[in-house]
Amino acid sequence: MIHVAKRKEMPLAQSLGIRVGVIALALVVCGVITAFVTGLNPIDVYGTMFQGSFGSPRKVWILLQEVALLLCVSLALTPAFRMKFWNLGGEGQVLAGGLASAACMILLGDSLPGAVLILVMLVASLAAGALWAAIPAFFKAVFNTNETLFTLMMNYVATQLVAYFVIVWENPKGSGTIGVINQSSEAGWLPVIGGNKYLLIVILVALLTAGMYVYLNYSKQGYELSVVGESPSTARYVGIKVDKVIVRTLIISGAVCGFAGMLLVGGSAHTLSTSIAAGRGFTAVMVAWLAKFNPAIMVGSSFLLEFMGYGAGEIATTYGLNASFGDILTGIILFFIIGTEFFITYRVVFQKKEEAASNV
Amino acid sequence: MQGTQPAISMRDISKSFGRIQANSRVSLDINRGEILALLGENGSGKTTLMNMLSGIYFPDSGHIEIDGKPVTIGSPKDAFTYGIGMIHQHFKLVNVFTATENIVLGLKEPGGYDLAAATKRIEQICQTYGFDVDPNQKVYDMSVSQKQTVEIVKVLYRGAEILILDEPTAVLTPQETDKLFAVLRNMREDGKTVVIITHKLNEVKDISDRVVVLRKGEYVGELITAEASTEEMTNMMVGRQVTLNIDRPDPEMKYRMERIRVRNLTVKTRDGVTKLDDVSFSAYTGEILGIAGISGSGQKELLEAIAGLQPVENGSIEYQVDDDQVEQLIGMDPIKIAGMGVVLSFVPEDRLGMGLVGSMDLTDNMMLRSFRNGPTPFTDRKEPKHLAELVVDELKVETPGVDTEVRRLSGGNVQKVLVGREIAAAPTVLLSAYAVRGLDVNSSYMIYDLLNRQKGNGVAVIYVGEDLDVLLELCDRILVLCGGKVSGIVDGRTTTKNEVGLMMTRLGGGEAQ
Amino acid sequence: MFDLIAFIPRAVAQGIPLLFGSTGEIITEKSGNLNLGIPGVMYVGGICGVIGSFLYERSLADTSQINPALGILIPLLCCILGSLLMGLIYCFLTVTLRANQNVTGLAMTTFGVGFGNFFGGSLMKLTGADIPSISLTATSGLFRTTLPFAGSTGWFGQIFLSYGFLAYVAIIIALGASFVLNRTRVGLQLRAVGEDPATADAAGISITRYKYVATCVGCVIAGLGGLYFVMDYANGVWSNDAFGDRGWLAIALVIFTVWRPSTSIPASILFGGLYILHLFIPTGTDLAVKELYKMLPYVVTIVVLVLTSMRNKRENQPPESLGLPYFREDR
Repeated sequence: MIHVAKRKEMPLAQSLGIRVGVIALALVVCGVITAFVTGLNPIDVYGTMFQGSFGSPRKVWILLQEVALLLCVSLALTPAFRMKFWNLGGEGQVLAGGLASAACMILLGDSLPGAVLILVMLVASLAAGALWAAIPAFFKAVFNTNETLFTLMMNYVATQLVAYFVIVWENPKGSGTIGVINQSSEAGWLPVIGGNKYLLIVILVALLTAGMYVYLNYSKQGYELSVVGESPSTARYVGIKVDKVIVRTLIISGAVCGFAGMLLVGGSAHTLSTSIAAGRGFTAVMVAWLAKFNPAIMVGSSFLLEFMGYGAGEIATTYGLNASFGDILTGIILFFIIGTEFFITYRVVFQKKEEAASNV
Repeated sequence: MQGTQPAISMRDISKSFGRIQANSRVSLDINRGEILALLGENGSGKTTLMNMLSGIYFPDSGHIEIDGKPVTIGSPKDAFTYGIGMIHQHFKLVNVFTATENIVLGLKEPGGYDLAAATKRIEQICQTYGFDVDPNQKVYDMSVSQKQTVEIVKVLYRGAEILILDEPTAVLTPQETDKLFAVLRNMREDGKTVVIITHKLNEVKDISDRVVVLRKGEYVGELITAEASTEEMTNMMVGRQVTLNIDRPDPEMKYRMERIRVRNLTVKTRDGVTKLDDVSFSAYTGEILGIAGISGSGQKELLEAIAGLQPVENGSIEYQVDDDQVEQLIGMDPIKIAGMGVVLSFVPEDRLGMGLVGSMDLTDNMMLRSFRNGPTPFTDRKEPKHLAELVVDELKVETPGVDTEVRRLSGGNVQKVLVGREIAAAPTVLLSAYAVRGLDVNSSYMIYDLLNRQKGNGVAVIYVGEDLDVLLELCDRILVLCGGKVSGIVDGRTTTKNEVGLMMTRLGGGEAQ
Repeated sequence: MFDLIAFIPRAVAQGIPLLFGSTGEIITEKSGNLNLGIPGVMYVGGICGVIGSFLYERSLADTSQINPALGILIPLLCCILGSLLMGLIYCFLTVTLRANQNVTGLAMTTFGVGFGNFFGGSLMKLTGADIPSISLTATSGLFRTTLPFAGSTGWFGQIFLSYGFLAYVAIIIALGASFVLNRTRVGLQLRAVGEDPATADAAGISITRYKYVATCVGCVIAGLGGLYFVMDYANGVWSNDAFGDRGWLAIALVIFTVWRPSTSIPASILFGGLYILHLFIPTGTDLAVKELYKMLPYVVTIVVLVLTSMRNKRENQPPESLGLPYFREDR
């Protein structure tokens, strides 16, 4: 007979050790699988992956930017998750923000001075993302509508809305894409600082990380949302308005997603498409969860996932394979980490049946 | 001991949950065709012990014999095969299913799946024993006693020979209790074995043939009910004479004033069930007002209504600030009440689910009331940390530190943290619900002492309790609730246990003072 | 003019993968598991069928000599096996190891979609085949074989008989699932597991077994949707990401039908119709509007979700323990 019981408490060092060990194990498994598929020896596999992420300064910067963008969405979802509100709508909220940014760039690009335009874009995309998250939050607060399913559906409403505007703003006509927006005037493009077009996003997200960390751990609102998440009846008992906190938190969550949308459209891609969020809304769920909703640890978990993606992408390019190889490896690593949590929370006791009966 | 083979023997059964030892080497026999009462206070391990017979829990050590043969009961299914059926206090019914669907759930009857046939059999059982239940009614439409009936029919339908009932009367009216006991006696006549878990002596006397007493997870002894006296059973249950020697300083009559005045308070649940019916009373400064009643008589709703957590149907709750100023508390939430300068502290029954956040540490829990203080949008943890250390020190909370999660503390320590925080606010009104439930003796006396000190400071203390002996020795006055109505308010110094006990079970008794 | 007779078969063809997906997900959710990995499972189901059939077709000298039984059974078994493995991964993580269902599901979708696209894009390279793209015409021909009278019975044949066998399988499975859920002991017990596992456990029902079986059966059914899509709808041509967001649409259908597989039959055809409605409605050259039509299924699903929660009728709520792990001695 096997019995499972909750552990008392595992020391932090031990639990971190287990997690790192499992990630290492998962990487070994990935290496073996890659070696099997490509016929490479596993050491070379890691070499190639490393090459893909750190092979040149440009690659390092692209990796950093991607880590920053993923981290941004993960940070956005975290307040909601801490409140035990499953916001799976990051994808849609990012798209809504990106759509708002693109709309400003296209419609106001010629009429507003650069700095004002960027300010308008910022406000518009924050508002759009916030709106996209506030709708399910409102229904959750008032009617207890299942937020997991609601936010999930909102993603595709946003996707189709973007698809609609992509055709409306098609450029050139018949291409099915918007193309680079304001290519000549660069209106609404976020400025390049320090001669490095990736730097601004990295800096902004670094600031956001610190800000979110402080908000969650040291602000009154951050404290309130943790109480609501852990125990709504305790929250009511001390006079916290649970409905209000749910809507407010989701407005923040959505607004930060909208911000990520603006960074994507105004800062890196300079265009809008339905795939601009690129699944970050979903990957971010896993990033945040892996980090136990701690912004500082999320830097590491988003780095891990992006590294895997780029490393595997490099393998795919080198060996003429499909770039989705990265998703397979990411999936395997996730399975390993997800499974590990069990052994950190619970302890398994093996007991023979006869022993159980005669155990005195 | 009878000469015959017992139906069930439990030998040296131990079970712990984390650091809580729920049962420690308990041995007992259950004989065929008897009604056995398992008596013990709340938290004495009665339910855990029986859950190991019904397959919900598995013992850490010890063994179980049925008809002399050692058995392993690893699941409720195993329990069914041995003819054991348990009716839990928290009903195990699927809300969206009908009575019939719930009753046949998990059965593998021969002849395929036939709800119509099952319904017929259920109606037969209902007729035999005089149950009143519509097999096609959905559970979410049922009253509590109807749900209990479904649970009992479920066990009978399975042909159980041994029925275990976990505090079955806690949710019943006296009439429903009588009906239930009549049914149980019928079952005994049928040769069935009944185990009834209870902490009520009158029920033990009323229904059982034999009584086994547990205390703090351990077997204390057993008696033949007919030969046992109430005193004997009580002593076994509580472990010593029930003279508790709780301090009861006389209230300072000089400054005594009416603090809380409740008039014609009526509270209904969302589904329209009346929880409080036309309740009127007053609470005075410098006294402890006890509230007695069987569980679920409206105690929870009363305290929550005063604390601003319970929507009220009708009536008024007034808070007297001083001789001239009176504030209405109805329609207020806790923040508004605090905003009026009313310092109202509330120690709720559900400590970790309502009073505290289990996954937060002591410091963060101290902040629950005060985190809004300060002009910045940020919280200040210095004060709460200080307070946490103070509470740990003064109330002797056993904890590795103030940064330990509260849920890792034992029940008594959790309660000290909660009471400590609520008292630290220097309240004018202190509401407490089952403040000593599950606490060891020392902790309980510490809580009584704290309440008395509050009383000495002129606080109006309202103490909802379940242990009559404590109520009688601690409280200045005792309000007795029965079915949401006030059946009387008596003087704690002159009343008797018998008087209060009677008032708890009948409406409109005793004279209000 | 709106050509209903041409429209319906196309709506059905669009709807069948959704029907497979939603039936599978309903069975899964009835056990309390919210499997957000269904989109990934459908990709895996599709690609596994493709791999099986690809290897089989390549082993033949001439694909016109294809053995009909093997040509159908090989991809079918591969598809079932692949989806079943996905179901087992999900169950092992969420039931045995009690992992968070949302995170596990999303990881499965990442993995499954990646798996599909990787093999779809790399199968030729991996096997050293010298062909430009995967086109399994022979196998597809078997899957697309219609009922004998489809061509000769006019509009009736076109609307009711013009589909490959998997379309009928989908409808039979949905009806069967409805019957099992509502009219059998197994269905009663499965619903109890999803509603209130503690009660089901106390009644002697093995929660673990029900969750495993329901989820794995659900995954296999959903996987067939992927197979239908590539073998029948797409004529045996695998193109990466062609399956699109249909997996999520299937999850939307679960809500839209309030967890009823039989309702899912017309509902998935309706959703399929909305998906292609723009082709049949004269919108002139305005291609943009078609994207708004594609939004409709999600919008109506949201409306249904909100309405059921507002009405708060007990029967129409999601299974009560949906998304929650169960641990008997949790205390």
